[in-house]
Amino acid sequence: MLSRVADSLYWMSRYLERAEHAARLIDVHLNLMLDQSSISGEQRWRRVLQCLSTSAIQNPPTDTQGIMELLMFKPGKGHSIVSCIGLARENSRQVREQISSEMWEQLNRLFHEVKRPEVERFWDSEPIEFLHSVREKAHLFQGVTDSTMSHGEGWQFIQLGRFIERASATATLLDIHFSAMTQSAEEDPDLDEHLEWIGLLKSCTAFEAYCKVYTAEVNPTRVAEFLLLNAEFPHSLRFAIDMVHSALIAIGTASPARKADRAQNLTGRMRAGLSFGQIDEILAGGLHGYLEGIQRQCVQIHTAIHQIYINYPIQSALEA
Amino acid sequence: MPDTATAGQAILPAPFGNYSLDTSFDEMFQSAGIPREHYQALYNQLLNLPADELRHRKQAADLSFLHQGITFTVYGREEGTERIFPHDLLPRIITSSEWSTIELGLIQRITALNHFLRDIYHEGKILADGIVPREVVYSCKHFRRQMRGLQVPKDIYITVVGSDLIRYPDGRFVVLEDNLRVPSGVSYMLTSRHVMKRIFPELFQKCGVRSIDHYSAALLSTLRSLAPEGRHEPVIVLLTPGVYNSAYFEHAYLARQMGIELVEGRDLVVHDNIVYMRNTAGLRRVDVIYRRIDDDFIDPLAFQADSILGVAGLFNAYRARNVVLANAVGTGVADDKALYAYVPKIIRYYLGEDAILDNVETFLMTDKVQREHVCANLDKYVVKAVGESGGYGMLIGPHSTSGQRDEFRDLINADPRNYIAQPTIMLSRAPCFIDGQVEPRHVDLRPYVLFGEKITIVPGGLTRVALRRGSLVVNSSQGGGSKDTWVLHD
Repeated sequence: MLSRVADSLYWMSRYLERAEHAARLIDVHLNLMLDQSSISGEQRWRRVLQCLSTSAIQNPPTDTQGIMELLMFKPGKGHSIVSCIGLARENSRQVREQISSEMWEQLNRLFHEVKRPEVERFWDSEPIEFLHSVREKAHLFQGVTDSTMSHGEGWQFIQLGRFIERASATATLLDIHFSAMTQSAEEDPDLDEHLEWIGLLKSCTAFEAYCKVYTAEVNPTRVAEFLLLNAEFPHSLRFAIDMVHSALIAIGTASPARKADRAQNLTGRMRAGLSFGQIDEILAGGLHGYLEGIQRQCVQIHTAIHQIYINYPIQSALEA
Repeated sequence: MPDTATAGQAILPAPFGNYSLDTSFDEMFQSAGIPREHYQALYNQLLNLPADELRHRKQAADLSFLHQGITFTVYGREEGTERIFPHDLLPRIITSSEWSTIELGLIQRITALNHFLRDIYHEGKILADGIVPREVVYSCKHFRRQMRGLQVPKDIYITVVGSDLIRYPDGRFVVLEDNLRVPSGVSYMLTSRHVMKRIFPELFQKCGVRSIDHYSAALLSTLRSLAPEGRHEPVIVLLTPGVYNSAYFEHAYLARQMGIELVEGRDLVVHDNIVYMRNTAGLRRVDVIYRRIDDDFIDPLAFQADSILGVAGLFNAYRARNVVLANAVGTGVADDKALYAYVPKIIRYYLGEDAILDNVETFLMTDKVQREHVCANLDKYVVKAVGESGGYGMLIGPHSTSGQRDEFRDLINADPRNYIAQPTIMLSRAPCFIDGQVEPRHVDLRPYVLFGEKITIVPGGLTRVALRRGSLVVNSSQGGGSKDTWVLHD
């Protein structure tokens, strides 16, 4: 498969995952704001901005509408939901022949829907609907992808994009949330904090799944354990890395000529850490440092994939 | 001539109520109400089908095009630049004897033009013998001096050709222009056939239509036959400028039909004069490139330096004969509209034969007498810029305003080499389904010729139709559409 095609598939999927993640985060956040809390709205928004890596923006707005405008509509490379969807579509347009027409249709429809038709009417008619629609369509796209495209090399690159993005976004989210709550991370959170923890779980669509494992008794250690180490939940870090690993193995089999040791070693090590890790040890060693390590490794995996399959030096790949 | 103006007055049964004949050749009727033999089946079918049924079939056809995403891009307009290719419901039918003349004529013409290209890029005998003036060749903006003395595989320069034929009022087919660079439109021929088979299955069978389905396979084997020596399992790719090109649909379509990789310039790298494509599995050597990029953009080192569509070093690899380009570089000199006037002489020079398919009478603006004559009678002529295509840069005298004529007169006088003039020809007309009625519209015909170890012409082509009433311009960029073209068995 052409490197350019693999690259486009990877980014298509990454950007869409990013858009969906942002939509979910904002949605949960808007919900939390409805309840009275000692945590100010401004603090909360700052956290959301950090989670979506938009904190680097100079002088972000402080009012709710301004921030939402930024997170949902700001043009520019991958800042907002709409720009992420636009980039996902642009990438899929480049490889329209490689994906199923159902996939293209789905993504194209989503793009046209969110292109911001009438500005004024939007803020009246509940941004929540917009966010729901983005999530729903993104889920649909993933389902359509899995059921209409061959699960060959191209699909594996789509998997890679989706799960690397998810792993890194989840790590960021946990890191920021735990840092903010660290002063009060006791075993028995008060009501405000309780809501915050539930918010965190919901940001990963994990509340129901968590309850099934631990009951509705929410405590920070278990939340961390669930979101980091659970083997079965699709938004846990461990699950994401497992998927990245198996996609890499499959691609390695399809393209045996490339030496993929580095990427496979990186994910293998991470996977072992998450499979055999104990939450007590992780917390004792410092969650912040641990999560920073995870994010760094995600970047390393991404770079390794790029160097091995996409933009490798010619000398390393001349036919024998 | 059977088509007389008076015969056109007769009132025909529905849906032919608006069908009147004029001085141009009518593809369907030999005289009012009397269809030609090969159109009889279609005529009967149209008489017997209720109007609603026709409309219904038209909708089904349109929908099918829409779903297949058969679109083209119109340049120079901001909104809605991607459009469905307008398609007419009724087939254009050509008899087997008409077709064999076309076939022989095109083979003769393409063979001669290929000889010509080889000659001008090597010995230049035809120039030395004064048959074609040197200045016509050397002043052509598509002449590529880089090709001088360069050996191309099997001496084949023009692998894929799409020549435009039109029909005189007396029914003769003549060549209007040749497209020897990167002719497009073949995907419309193939997809529209596909749709028509579903819309008119009974008629299709009754008429005995020759198949065109082997085009992609023929193109692939033609490309394969050009592979560099010693490359037994050649890797063939189609090089596209990318998704923003007007013919991207076609590039993707052909690549898929042939089962070859669709690549962009950035997918290819040249190392030690060998072309590779960048795969996830590593570099893969490329042997034959069916390129759909113009000469100018193909290699920034050899041609236009600011091109980002091409591949740096590609031309050197080509010169080293490690890769084959189809069509070869520099073929545009032979489809220059000024050179066109010399094609009958070129055929006689290389093959010693008279041209089977005539040219349209052409006036060269470099000739003072011809220029003055044309400039004085601009309202009677069609003026074309020699290097343009797609209906751009053209004046249709009888349909022009005096302002446009003044403008063209100045353009011609400023740069005579850049223009030619031809008498306005009434293209033949074929029945089209328009607003529930069958009406005649002007058409041309573009058959596609493949030149490899042998010359293959699939029996058919793209019939382009000027959908606006009275219009003579068939280009898709200028409001033209297409029709399926049926060549019949004996």
